[in-house]
Amino acid sequence: MSVTLLFAIVLALAFVGYLLGRSSAANLKTAGNNLHSIPPYHGYFVALWCGLPALLLVLVWMAAQSTVVDQLLLASLPSHLTEGATPARISLMLGEIKNVAAGRIFGTPDQATIDAAARYQSMQNTASLAMVVCTLAAAVAGIAFARSRLSPDFRARNRVDGILRWLLIICSILAILTTLGIILSLVIESLSFFARVPVVEFLFGLNWSPQTPIRADQVASTGAFGAVPVFWGTIFISVIAMLVALPVGLFSAIYLVEYADKRIRAIVKPLLEILAGIPTIVYGFFAVLTVAPFIRDFGTSLGLSVASNSALAAGGVMGIMIIPFISSFSDDAITAVPQSMRDGAYALGATKAETIRQVLLPAALPGIVGGVLLAVSRAIGETMIVVMAAGLTATLTVNPLEGVTTVTVQIVMLLTGDTEFDSPKTLAAFGLGLVLFISTLALNILALQVVKRYRERYE
Amino acid sequence: MSDTATQGTGRRAWYEPDAKLKRRHAADRRLRAYGVAAIVFALAMLMTLVGTIAITAVPAVTQTVVTLNVEVPEGAVDASDPRGGSYQKILNESVARIFPEVDTPREIRELRQLFSNGGQYALRDKVVADTSLIGRTFEITFPLSDIGDQLHKGVIDRDLPREQRRVSDEQIGWYDRLVEQGRISAPLNWGLIFNADSRFPELAGLWGALVGSFYALLICFLVSFPVGIAAAVYLEEFAPKNRFTDLIEVNINNLAAVPSIVFGLLGLAVFLNFFGMPRSAPIVGGLVLSLMTLPTIIIATRAALKAVPPSIREAAIGVGASRMQTVGHHVLPLAMPGILTGTIIGLAQALGETAPLLLIGMNAFITAAPDSMFNPSTALPTQIYIWADSPERGFTSRTSAAIIVLLAFLVCMNAIAIYMRKRFERRW
Amino acid sequence: MLDTTEASGMVMNKTAEEAGALAKAVSTAKAGHETKIAASKVSVFYGDKQALFDVSIDIPERQVMAFIGPSGCGKSTFLRCINRMNDTIDICSVKGTIEIDGANIYDPKIDPVLLRARVGMVFQKPNPFPKSIYDNIAYGPRIHGVAKAGSAMDEIVERSLQRAALWNEVKDRLDQPGTGLSGGQQQRLCIARAIAVDPDIILMDEPCSALDPIATAKVEELIDELRAQYTIVIVTHSMQQAARVSQKAAFFHLGKLIEVDETDKMFTNPSDQRTQDYITGRFG
Repeated sequence: MSVTLLFAIVLALAFVGYLLGRSSAANLKTAGNNLHSIPPYHGYFVALWCGLPALLLVLVWMAAQSTVVDQLLLASLPSHLTEGATPARISLMLGEIKNVAAGRIFGTPDQATIDAAARYQSMQNTASLAMVVCTLAAAVAGIAFARSRLSPDFRARNRVDGILRWLLIICSILAILTTLGIILSLVIESLSFFARVPVVEFLFGLNWSPQTPIRADQVASTGAFGAVPVFWGTIFISVIAMLVALPVGLFSAIYLVEYADKRIRAIVKPLLEILAGIPTIVYGFFAVLTVAPFIRDFGTSLGLSVASNSALAAGGVMGIMIIPFISSFSDDAITAVPQSMRDGAYALGATKAETIRQVLLPAALPGIVGGVLLAVSRAIGETMIVVMAAGLTATLTVNPLEGVTTVTVQIVMLLTGDTEFDSPKTLAAFGLGLVLFISTLALNILALQVVKRYRERYE
Repeated sequence: MSDTATQGTGRRAWYEPDAKLKRRHAADRRLRAYGVAAIVFALAMLMTLVGTIAITAVPAVTQTVVTLNVEVPEGAVDASDPRGGSYQKILNESVARIFPEVDTPREIRELRQLFSNGGQYALRDKVVADTSLIGRTFEITFPLSDIGDQLHKGVIDRDLPREQRRVSDEQIGWYDRLVEQGRISAPLNWGLIFNADSRFPELAGLWGALVGSFYALLICFLVSFPVGIAAAVYLEEFAPKNRFTDLIEVNINNLAAVPSIVFGLLGLAVFLNFFGMPRSAPIVGGLVLSLMTLPTIIIATRAALKAVPPSIREAAIGVGASRMQTVGHHVLPLAMPGILTGTIIGLAQALGETAPLLLIGMNAFITAAPDSMFNPSTALPTQIYIWADSPERGFTSRTSAAIIVLLAFLVCMNAIAIYMRKRFERRW
Repeated sequence: MLDTTEASGMVMNKTAEEAGALAKAVSTAKAGHETKIAASKVSVFYGDKQALFDVSIDIPERQVMAFIGPSGCGKSTFLRCINRMNDTIDICSVKGTIEIDGANIYDPKIDPVLLRARVGMVFQKPNPFPKSIYDNIAYGPRIHGVAKAGSAMDEIVERSLQRAALWNEVKDRLDQPGTGLSGGQQQRLCIARAIAVDPDIILMDEPCSALDPIATAKVEELIDELRAQYTIVIVTHSMQQAARVSQKAAFFHLGKLIEVDETDKMFTNPSDQRTQDYITGRFG
């Protein structure tokens, strides 16, 4: 039975519970009792008791089933297969068994595997059936329990409100759980990475070539995990992006707020915001399709040698993507400067430019800085543009016409394709992810602080 | 003081401008010009982006097809098992009837390069659907190969010397013969939407990606919409002001700015490795996207709730409603347009998101649309990524066309959001 | 004084110039002050809405002229015409002429930047820039190139603060932000800032409405001192304030100028019924 169907059945049962609860409350009322809460609340109470535990059970079951079945399967394997096997070997074995069970048979599996596959199949079936039975039992038990609670004095409304309130709280805690999940998964994987590669080498090493040898006798590439060139590439491309975005964003904000008349502003502002709504994959393709060839041809015509995945192309396109961030943050910050500041400056005979440069911009600076920090964090974390348009090899260079690589590119490169999960290569991606998360988090917190303080100033 | 001011202005009346003033006004005009230049630059880039992609997409609007007369001999296909026939051979024979003079192995190979590999499947499907065709001669229409398609669309310049183009002189001659016989046409390329992915550009389509994206967005909506509203309602209407709720607030704001790829790492470590969920499946993609969309929806919902004036709440509480009833009966319905607007915008962002989907394997090469949200699949943006990385020329225009499809969805979603904001906006 | 009002009402166009000159001569002879600002038939529109109707008035030199009237009567609007602050509002248009020392400030060849250097303004709410006290004062002289940094600028800053009666309170903390001062000090800082560009005229738009009574008293005292050097036009809501600081008063009502007269006379014996109603508190 599919999970969707099970969900539907539980929901239907909950509805039945609602009707039951409501009618028994209505009966109590017609019997001449004074109810504390109106009948529908008794119905809601029963429905919640029916639906919530059952749905929760399904979720927990689905999350746990595969692990439990795997363990049972392992325990049932003949001991000569499992004894002394490495975790990698075991996961390979499990994979093969599952493939056989799903009918994807490659080569000729041995008898033990075929038996295990049959056992696996039957365990899966038993588990799914057990889930259905348990869930339905939980739902019915919930109805029975909740109905037994109903009485004229029962404060159904308060109970329902209380349950709902807890649901709301759980939902808001989910945000914290997400952050916790991010931190835990990054930290745990990074720790097991740093157990193989020293932290110091990772943070300060100058050589990045994560290809670990495929065969033990290969000596050509032993895998080097010095991430400085990767960090540098990220910073370099972000700097190029900011060099494009900062002047363009700031000057357009100044023009739109202080010079443009209302009609132009009403047209141009949404157009600029379109730039922020275009998915980054589109920018990436644009960089590869148009910008990179243009820069290469232009550079070649000047006699320069330009890499086809130059930092300039990736950074430039990223800059275009960031323009609307800078412009809308600056726009807000300049608009938020009180009109009295402008009046004060104009009344002294300042021109518009003088008012902007010497009064408005200094006053709006914290807001603009906050926006710039957020934009930098955005640039550092941006993935698709650089995956498509920046280089793959880590080079320490200050020449924008050469290719550099970034943290996000390396994460994608290390994790796409079939790789064992606990090789240093994949774990390195989590190490990079941790650095990325910490640096963007620091920038965000700093930016929010700056912006907040700025708001307080004018409120 | 007044001496300093009047010094040098001596005989000039106060309203006559001097050189200094001219410089000041010039600086003003300069700043204005910088502003105009910045805006022109940004808008020009927007136009170049949309323009080049639209122009590149044009060849993918049509697909060149060839119509052949095929004879399926009685013995070649078994009517009880029509899937088993060797259809490629049947097609080859019908091609050979048009070009009887082609006989060297090299020429035969070059000739076959003009036709799509998908021809045999088109023929097979036709025969499987109607076994009475066995033993008869009938017409079948199927795509030309990538080079044939590009030759027809003029992407390959036939006036270039042989070494610089990808088709031989003979191939051009055969193609011209097909055109003379009226066998070549270029109808609208519905396959782009309704085919699943393929290694051959002339057969590749977006259907699998569209279904995958639909499932992922559905999951994303089903999770993030109720949870987002619940979290926002709690924070805005019920939460006491204490350290814990402050922590949640800061957390949500920061979560909104965490790079999307980090969510991919989370999905990989937690959903795939810890919970053992299926790789490349839309359900995992949807869950990861919902975690990303959650902060957007919470922030939008809180703004919408804040906009409902306190007098409404006071009125409801005044007639004896509980706080939960007040929120459920009055505040939420009034805030709903704003919440929906924010949700649509959040979903639009999720639709375009690529990086986290790459990490959970939604860039797999899959030649059929997924039957359920637990099957491996691609999504629209990851499909674009796969195509953009493919070396065949035909994929360039298809990538652009896929981008146009993606942008069209985004425009529609945002248009709905804007319409709703305009239509239901309420000023208190 | 009644005849003066009528006479200035006649200064409508160039052909009436002689009459105007005559009227000016008369008024000068009487009050001992030349006309500094001569407005004639000034109308102001916000989009389609007319906010001011054909206002004509002469404002004498080195005196304090108070504009009084109920809120929305156009007195602030008219004040903002005198240094063309209304230019910064897109939909606002001004008709008529305002002459300062005989030059029409709405003439296209007049640069509002130069005009505003000559006509300072102080606003309802103190609006010091978020800069140091010193930089607040130095801003005007710097942009107009009157003085660069150094001792010349120090001198201007000190003199302006002294004239604004603020020097003794702030001389030890010139490098601290102007926004850290008390409300009354901030307003005097704004007056000092206006003085620093050495204007002839200072416009004050309800300068004490955001201040407590003690700060108000200080600012009023200052206004009285400044009268010796500057022509001051002040918009005020407070009848008492108008009586305390001004020599002449103009009463505005519904966008029209009703009456201009010596303050003493207007407050004791107004010639228009509406003025009397307003002064005696029947409306407003």
